[in-house]
Amino acid sequence: MTEHIAEPVIEHLEFSIEAKSENLRQVFDLVTAKLEAIGCEKKTIRQCKLCTEEIFLNISSHAYNPTTGNVDITLDILGDPESNNTRAVLTFADTGKPFNPLEKEDPDVDAPLEERQVGGLGIYLVKEVMDGVSYSYRDGHNILVMEKKIEGV
Amino acid sequence: MEIREQINGDTITVSIIGEIDGTNVSECEAALDAAMGKAANMVIDMGELDYISSAGLRIFLMLRKKTIANGIRMVIKNVTEDVQDIFSVTGFVKLLPIE
Repeated sequence: MTEHIAEPVIEHLEFSIEAKSENLRQVFDLVTAKLEAIGCEKKTIRQCKLCTEEIFLNISSHAYNPTTGNVDITLDILGDPESNNTRAVLTFADTGKPFNPLEKEDPDVDAPLEERQVGGLGIYLVKEVMDGVSYSYRDGHNILVMEKKIEGV
Repeated sequence: MEIREQINGDTITVSIIGEIDGTNVSECEAALDAAMGKAANMVIDMGELDYISSAGLRIFLMLRKKTIANGIRMVIKNVTEDVQDIFSVTGFVKLLPIE
């Protein structure tokens, strides 16, 4: 998924894993280890971990249900170290049924306790926490790309 | 994640240490439910909680409803900056009794 990116790739991580919630720990370990290795600050690591969790669990519960399948996860650290524009780009690709999670209506975050719904909060958090999120359906794949600026790397 | 309980008179203090994520959320919910029945007042100390995802938010929404239904006074204390950010952006600051 990196062929269109012209800027330098500082680090690259790519793996494929079955989309089931039992694998979440392993996904966390791989993604956060790479971010720690480049000296990313804790807050940004937690934000990337959060969005990884929300998207991975979303795929494991929606994309293949009731069957199973894999998710291809890519983490690219992009940017010229001298330009102070380093970004983490996380890509999740699955071959489940076409599903754009970004089309889901945002939850009403002002609703009182009695009316508060628990659904939709995960995707909402991803939209709020990341600097950019996009979805496309291409060659039989749901492709979700999210991007977060990394300070001080 | 680690959960510690301390009972002092009619108050139980539950300290949640580490991270509440999709790998331990059921364990956390069970511990909070068990603690809720032990005293009339419930203090949740989040001073060492660094991470919460939507799965974790869900259990606090449920806990808030359960404590109200059971007449238990619930208070959340010492929320860290990263967790506060999540409570703010999701509007949970208005739903939870945060001190």
